[in-house]
Order: sequence, then structure tokens, then C-alpha cells
Amino acid sequence: MRVAYPFSAIVGQDEMKLALLIAATDAAIGGVMVFGDRGTGKSTAVRALPALLPSMKAIDGCRYGCDPAANGARCDECRARAAAAHGHKLPVAEKAVPVVDLPLGATEDRLVGALDIEKALRDGQKAFEPGLLARAHRGFLYVDEVNLLEDHLVDLLLDVAQTGENVVERDGVSVRHPARFVLVGSGNPEEGDLRPQLLDRFGLSVEVKTPTSVADRLLVIQRRDAFERDATAFMQQWAADEEKIRKRIVAARRKVAKLEVPAPVLEKAVTLCMELGTDGVRGELTLLRAARACAALDGAHDVTDVHMQRVAPLALRHRLRRNVLDDTGGSTRVERAIAAVYGEAPRA
Amino acid sequence: MTPTIAADPMAPLRAARGEASAASSVGDVRSALAASAIALLAVGGARLGGVVLKDSAAAAGEWLSLLQRLLPDGTPWLRLPSTATDDRAFGGLDLVVTIASGTPTAEKGVLPSAHGGVVVVPLVERMHAGMQARIASVLEEGAVHVQRDGVDARFDARVTLCAIDESDADEQGVVASLRDRLAFVLEGVPRIDAAMLPPRETIVAARERLDRVVPHDDAMPALATASVAFGIASARGAQLALRAALASAALDGRLETDDDDIALAAQLVLAPRATQLPPPPDSPPEDAPPPDQPEPPPPPPEQDASDAPPDEPPPPPDEGGQLEDRVLDAVQAALPPELLAQLLARAQRGQGELGKAGQERESWLRGRQVGARRGRPDGTRRIHLLETLRAAAPWQRARARLADGRGTGARTLFVEREDFRVRRYVEHAGTTVFFVVDASGSAAAQRLGEAKGAVETLLAESYSRRDRIALISFRGTTAELLLPPTRALARARRLLGDLPGGGGTPLAAAIDAATTAAVAARRTGTVPVVVFLTDGRANVARDGKGGRAEARADAMTAAATFRAAGVASVLIDTSPRPDPQAQAYADALGGRYVPLPALDAKALAGAVSLAREAAR
Repeated sequence: MRVAYPFSAIVGQDEMKLALLIAATDAAIGGVMVFGDRGTGKSTAVRALPALLPSMKAIDGCRYGCDPAANGARCDECRARAAAAHGHKLPVAEKAVPVVDLPLGATEDRLVGALDIEKALRDGQKAFEPGLLARAHRGFLYVDEVNLLEDHLVDLLLDVAQTGENVVERDGVSVRHPARFVLVGSGNPEEGDLRPQLLDRFGLSVEVKTPTSVADRLLVIQRRDAFERDATAFMQQWAADEEKIRKRIVAARRKVAKLEVPAPVLEKAVTLCMELGTDGVRGELTLLRAARACAALDGAHDVTDVHMQRVAPLALRHRLRRNVLDDTGGSTRVERAIAAVYGEAPRA
Repeated sequence: MTPTIAADPMAPLRAARGEASAASSVGDVRSALAASAIALLAVGGARLGGVVLKDSAAAAGEWLSLLQRLLPDGTPWLRLPSTATDDRAFGGLDLVVTIASGTPTAEKGVLPSAHGGVVVVPLVERMHAGMQARIASVLEEGAVHVQRDGVDARFDARVTLCAIDESDADEQGVVASLRDRLAFVLEGVPRIDAAMLPPRETIVAARERLDRVVPHDDAMPALATASVAFGIASARGAQLALRAALASAALDGRLETDDDDIALAAQLVLAPRATQLPPPPDSPPEDAPPPDQPEPPPPPPEQDASDAPPDEPPPPPDEGGQLEDRVLDAVQAALPPELLAQLLARAQRGQGELGKAGQERESWLRGRQVGARRGRPDGTRRIHLLETLRAAAPWQRARARLADGRGTGARTLFVEREDFRVRRYVEHAGTTVFFVVDASGSAAAQRLGEAKGAVETLLAESYSRRDRIALISFRGTTAELLLPPTRALARARRLLGDLPGGGGTPLAAAIDAATTAAVAARRTGTVPVVVFLTDGRANVARDGKGGRAEARADAMTAAATFRAAGVASVLIDTSPRPDPQAQAYADALGGRYVPLPALDAKALAGAVSLAREAAR
């Protein structure tokens, strides 16, 4: 396995980094969709995540990495073990947060899991072989070029991402197991749209662009070259920055649940959503959650208008009722609405 | 065999690397560049991703054989046909071993089998876009990750990919995501004399040296500047150019790049990626940061000065800039003439869409595999091995006992007739909605306006369904396919808005055009639905002459042909009040009739939905 390029060494792309950090802080945000040109570091950012995430506690030996704290959401196997343990606690182990790549061309059986053929053929035993969804439980599932993934697999992914449970009924096996993960999709809109019905199922959406200043471009080349020459030395250079981000995430996770959104801030956020005519309450809820996570990452004591303005494009731009024939992009419309609601004040 | 050693094997490379020498003709420069690409690829290999050869298979084949001769003996060299399936390209279940052992066993596909070597993809334009994207991600990773058919495996696959692109101008060639990862694109592959290439020993020495070569101070600033100036969005352009320059220095026996290396790399790697021309020298320097936000110099804000990486070269010195200028000139000189013309035209128009025409031709999946069903594999149906094994699995013990009783000997696996499963495919039947719009004088301007409103409603509906749409207009004596099937709805709307009106009503010609287009669309695997917007006052016959009776008879004949083709249709009557004649045409077409006065958006969408259902 190759070493992943460090997150903190990615030049620019603040919006994408913010979205991923929000998702790392609050997994319930509902996934991140990253749109952008080729070669802008989309995959790099996602692959850099494992190094940032603090490890988690999981029930030892559980194939799904069940959370010892979540009694309700456990797999059948853990439930059976717990029953057999007669009230004794199941052993717990530290485990790295999974960041699972879904390769294009993956088939449904590998995604959801299927009958374990080897066991079936050899021992005549009906056993379930967990798929990638099980592996991604409590972590991230990354689909590069999600717009090229088969439609039925995208549907399946979004469905499981929303319910947090994978229900398998195939090959005569009947299994359900928890599968809570942050779905991160990336795609290049020029190579095929994502079906609009699916877009607003992602919590946040990000548009990445290549930096256009020569200085930034130069930094990209220099850092990449340094990394390729001596990855170990490069990682050491960035270790301190990586650690800083890791600490930010840990602190933000502790803090996020306690943060309150003051009524005036909330009111303005609702006004913004109305101004934009976003469908349903999902947009508003996501906006709130994202603002809270953003404030927590900042180490702020309150959620303020500034946080709202920072996350509004991420949370709302893909939920606008679309007028196909209006070429104005979602980002522009959100910017305009923000200016209308919050005034032209410069954004922090 | 080793190529003969020329007196000065590096001379052609120098010619390519040096300033465009006045003596050499354009053809010589092109040959020298193509020869350099061979030498650099032989040295840099997988680090450079590979090459797109836009030429005939024969020309590309000659180029490739020269490359092959420069590579060390035993370097893997495999071909990947454009029709290869995922399991063959990447890896999958090994049939023979799996059956023999009863244990699912992974098998490497072509890409991992060629690890450390070269994969040639002929006819890359025929390869499915999704497949090309998957190959691109393998190049990125240097490994194949197989998650299919019960296999979970990871194989190393650091390969040099050589794609032969024989597409016509209006065809989509290699897809952008794959092209982005291949360092070189050769538009037309000139003949290269083997004597122009360095000997194999030079290549071997260069490969050994490559890891130690470092860029000189001006190298990265020059590449960064050129990337911005030529509008190259992907950061991979500069990255690959840098690697090509390193290979060039290694080839020349140096441990540091020089200006020539950078100029050559820029010509080979950056020129084909250009999307704009740099601003003329008298205008302000490229990309002055917006005035409201002064650009802070690197390092980035979030990083303290104290822990700035020590061995990162300092930010670009603003002095000099000679190499920058030279690289800009070199790239501009190396731009293929067609690309240069496009870029110039684009610069004059202000902006435009480059290369979009091809992208709209993106292919859809024909015959997506959706699973398996019981059946015997034969010539037309392919076995789904995994599902067959799954079906056989529960019975293994019982069958083994039975076999023991009969003494048929030791078998590991018992598969019976009823276990066989075959792959099931569905055609991904997208819909293409053809709007056939009557722009004749009789469909008065105002009515046409209303019809346009109706069409816009339908366009919005088509968008959410991911339909393709096409536009045919008819007036005067002919019908014209204004917009071939596309998803570019904004363009359809623009065309519709600009649609001129007036003239006769050549309804027969319109129906004929619709029949042809719809049948063609069906051949590409989509379901056509035709929406006619007309008042049905046909007054121009097929031969282009006027005459109401003739015109009507021709239109009825055309409608009968249309109906025989079995294409679903809706006729929206745009006359001020429902017209029996229009209704008669709708009947003859075998479609639905909707009079416009009764029309609201919902009713219209409903009518088209019904037609869509009927089409399936």
C-alpha cells in the first residue's frame, strides 16, 4: 500500500477540505459530493483522510466493526454473542476508521455481500461474506467518478447511506447489518451528469477548481515532486500540520453536540433557504448541522452568521429547484441570496 | 535486436530540445518530437502514464515497434482489445482453478499481467467510456483493485499505456480522464528513422539515473507559468511535463534538468493540453490576482513560517523569466495546426466550447449486465460462473454422497444441469425525444411562440428524466435536423428561440425526416419518441412543389411509413381551434392527438409520458 499524500499539504481547495472535515466531525451530515476538473486533488483529499482520523473502538472480532456503545445498531453476530455472554461485556479493540474505495466496475455482490461460496462448496455451510458496505461501516465510502457508476448501484448506495442498514436478501441468505458511512462521491460534470434526483441526497456538495495563480500552481508541482522523491521525509515535514488537524477534529467532535444556534442566526438561515426556494426541510437541517460542525472546527463558542455563510454554498447549491433553461449555476444563485440576506459584508 | 548506433545518437533529440532550428523543416521537428517521445517513454515508463497515438494502426504500429526495441528484454508487452470485459482487463474469477478446487480463485487481467511493462489499446475510440475511466484510475493507483464476482484482490499494475486512437474528427476518441493521465499525445505519427533513436545502452543507463535527477531552479516556475498561460486546468499536465523533463535530462546523461529539457517536455506534454493561447506580451502579466484580494505569496496562510518545509525551493524569483518565455514560445510552436486554429477562433469569439461536440457523443451502456438466470450457456448466452457455483453449492454434500454410492470416483465439484446460470443483460433504453416543429407561415408567429412554451415544459421534463432530445424544424420546402440527439437542453432552447418562421408547410418532408432520425436513434439503442408541433396545413409535397392535395397525399403516405416503423408519437395541434385534418394525421401516424388550446403544461407532459410508455 502506498503512503497517501498528506491532507494538509494540499494546496488551496479550502471548500473541499472544509466539507470533508465537517463530515469527519459529524458523520450524520449525509455525504459529500465533489465536482470538479480532473487533476484537482479530489481523490488525493479523500485518500488522505485515514491519516487524520483518530482510531475508534469496535467490538473485537466483529466483521462489521460494530460500535460497543451502540446497543441498538449491532449486527446479528454481535447480538448473538451478547446474548451468549449473559450480560458480560464483549471485548473491545481499537480499530482504524475505514476509508473504503469503491472501484468502478465493482459488482453488486461485492458491494452488499453475498453467500460465501468457499464455505458453501467445501463445508455445505450457508455463510455470509460481507461486502464493501460492511467494511465501510462507521467510516467513509469513496466512489470516484460516481457519475460513471451503474445507476442501480448508485441507488443502492444512497439507500443504505440513508437508512444506515444493509439488508441482504440473495442467494438464500438473509442478513442485515448496520452500515453507517459517509458517502463521498466525486465526478466531473463534463463526463455525464449525476441524475438530479440523486444529487440532493448528498448532504454537502463541493465544486473544486484548479488554482489559477502561478504561485499556487508552482506549489502544487513542488510539493508533489517532493512527495514523489521521498515520501517519508515529506510526511515528516507535514506531520505537525496533520496532527493539528487531527486535534481539531477530535476537539470539534466533542464540542459539536453542545453548540447552540442562537435564534437570530437560525432565523436568518431560514430566510436564506426561503430566498433560495430550497425544497423541503433537508436543506435547512443540513445547513444547521454543517454550520454547527464548522463552528466546532473553528473552536467557536457560538454558531454565527459567518459560519452559516461559509457553509451555505456547500449545503444548498445542489438543492435548488432547477430551472434547466437558466444557465446560472447553483453557486452563483447561493452567492446572490447570501448577499441579499446577509448584506454585501465581506465573508470571513 | 539493437538499433545501429548513430554517430551522434542524441543529435535529433537535441534538435527537438533546442530552439526551433531554422534549418529543420516542420516535418523534421515533428519527427524529432515523435522520436523524443519514444526515448522518453522508454526511460520514464509508467511514470509518464503513456501516450495517445492519433493515427492509423499501421503508423502507430511502427512507432510502437521502435519503442519495444528500446525496452529491456522481457519487458511485458500486452494488447488490450477495446472490447475486453472487466474481468479480462483487470482481473476476476479464474474459471478453471475455481472449478477444479472449489475455492474462488482470482486471476489477473491484462493490466496487472503487464506490470512493469506496456499495454497497447488499439481502437481506443471503440472502448466504452466507463472502461477507459477505470483504466485511468488504474494508472493513477499503479494497482488494480478487483471487487467483482466474489473476488477481492489487489494486484500491482504499473504500466505504460499506449492508446491508438483512429477516431474521425467528429467522433469521441480517448476519453478526457484517461487522456489526462497520459503524458504524450501525438497527432499524426510521422515516420521515424531508427537511427534517430538513442541506443539501448543509453536508455538503460538513463533508467538507472532517473531517480537521482533533480529539476533545476527555473524548471517548476516555467511549467507552472505555462500551465496557467495555456489554460491547462489539470495539475497533472505540469506534473507529467516535469517527469518528462527529468527523463530527458537522464537521457542526456545529466543529473539536473536544463532549459532544453523543460522546453521539450512542454512541447510534448503541455502543447496538446492547451485550451487557450497566452495573452499577447503587451497586455498585463498573466493572471494578475483580482485587485480586491492581494495574493499572498506562498507558503499558504495556514502554515507557520517556522515549520515551512525546509527543502522546498523558494518561491519563483520574479527576475529573469527567460525560460518562461522560451517555454511559452516552444509550446506555441508545437501546437498542432488544427488546435492552434481552434484556439485562435476561440480567442476571437471571446469564449466558446472546445471539444464539446465530441463529448455529447458519449456512449451509453448497451447491454448492462443485471444478473443471472437459470439457463444453459450456448452461443448466444454466456455462463455466469459465480451464480452457477452458488446454485450448485447447497447440494455438494448430497451429491458427493450419491456419487460415492455409485462409485463414480473422486470429484471436487458436482454441477448439474439445473445449476447453470447465464448472464442477463438489459439494454439501457434511454429515450430520445424528437421535437418536430412547424415553422411555416401558417403556424403563425404567436402560435409558434405558444408551441415553444410547450416545448420548454417538455425540455424541463426531459432533463429530469435524462432523456436526450433532438430538434427538427420544417418550413419552405424542406425539413432540417437542427439539433442531433443531445442532452444539451440549453442549446435546444436557444435554437428554438432563434427559429425563423414563414414559408410553406412541407409536412411530408418533416415526417420523412422524423422517420429516418427516429429509426437511426433506435439503432443506437434508445427508444425514440416523436413530438410533432404543427397545424397540419400541409401545402408542400415531397417534390418541393406547392399544391394542397398533393401535399396532403404525400403527408399521409409519409405518415403510413412512420407508423409502420413503429415509432411512438404525439401530434400537438397548434391551430387556433382543433382541426380535423391535424387529427387525421395523428391517427395516420398511429400516435396521440393533443390540441394546443386545451393544452396546459401538465396535460402536455402527460401526453408525452403516455407516448413514452407506449414506446417501450
